[in-house]
Amino acid sequence: MDNPTPWAEAIHRLFRSHGVSVVSHVPDAGHQRLIELCQTDAAIRTVTLTTEEEGIALAAGAYLGGARAALLIQSSGVGNCINMLSLPHVCRMPLVMLVTMRGEWGEFNPWQVPMGSSTPAVLEASGVTLFRVDTAADVAATVDGAMSLAWQSRRRVAVLLSQRLLGAKRFTTESR
Amino acid sequence: MTADSNRPDGGTDRSHGAPRPTLPRRDVVRRLLTDRGSLIVVTGLGASAYDVAAAGDAPLDFPLWGAMGGAAMVGLGLALTQPSHPVVVVTGDGEMLMGLGSLATIGVERPANLRIVVLDNERFGETGNQRTHTASGVDLAAAARACGIADARTIDTIDEVERLRADLHDSTGPLLAVIKIGADPEPKALPPRDGPFLAHRLRSALLGQARGLEA
Repeated sequence: MDNPTPWAEAIHRLFRSHGVSVVSHVPDAGHQRLIELCQTDAAIRTVTLTTEEEGIALAAGAYLGGARAALLIQSSGVGNCINMLSLPHVCRMPLVMLVTMRGEWGEFNPWQVPMGSSTPAVLEASGVTLFRVDTAADVAATVDGAMSLAWQSRRRVAVLLSQRLLGAKRFTTESR
Repeated sequence: MTADSNRPDGGTDRSHGAPRPTLPRRDVVRRLLTDRGSLIVVTGLGASAYDVAAAGDAPLDFPLWGAMGGAAMVGLGLALTQPSHPVVVVTGDGEMLMGLGSLATIGVERPANLRIVVLDNERFGETGNQRTHTASGVDLAAAARACGIADARTIDTIDEVERLRADLHDSTGPLLAVIKIGADPEPKALPPRDGPFLAHRLRSALLGQARGLEA
């Protein structure tokens, strides 16, 4: 099978170079390759969550413990995070979220559209700085800069990996 | 069959049947934190945070003032990244119920240095003493065991509290203790609530002043 997300390796290399040692995730097809790379990396503790907001609190604890964390979620889970985002916001903690987008370009499941459409507004209203990537060539530079902003300026950042980038076709026989 | 007979307690209200739990929460927390050494303490919002503050606010404390349901996961993040420190989450039954899924996540990760202490008065004490699910028999210790936290206990005597105090330091695996406490209100004892101050204070205590300021 060809690799549908060739940029996953680039993000994993950035995790290594930025010293990310805790990665948490919910099940997600778009992040599948990146999750596998993290799970097989002894330098990264990869934590599977039951719901996305657990990852916000986990990242806060990891920051308090002196580590860098990243959270891999899907746009449908962004709404679950709203109140928990108050924790890194009010404590001025760094937070890195990589969000695979659903409910946009080529979406076949109408239930994904509402949260996909409101994801940017929800994140910005919650104090998260947004970056969006539409092409594979832009993934590494965008994630690199977003993570630098998060650590160096202690900001909450989210990189939205667009459905155009992920390829809507690969989802047409899958549900979340 | 009545609807109530489907409830875990068969529809009886323990507050009108079996005696209500009565361990004094301030005394319990003070005992648990006596000679606390290197214990890191994360609290849930509300009365649990006040109990820990009343025992003596400390640099290794991180009281939450919001983020309800997140205390155990903040504790997990600290436990995974500070394995040489015992990390104690002190929270209430309502806060733990809101983050029930985190027990499953912790049961999978099983950090040896994480302890969760649930101060269970079977009430939402901050908001008018409404009954929580534990008042109807929902058993948080059993839930924790079912999630893979093998050492999960329910405590209602001071002797057991003293044993728990030792286990907070010496246990070699994750544990969860539900302590049945009285529902009488205590005077407020407020910990600091400035987020950057609390975060920097804890990071500096763990990592040193210079690294504490750097992400």
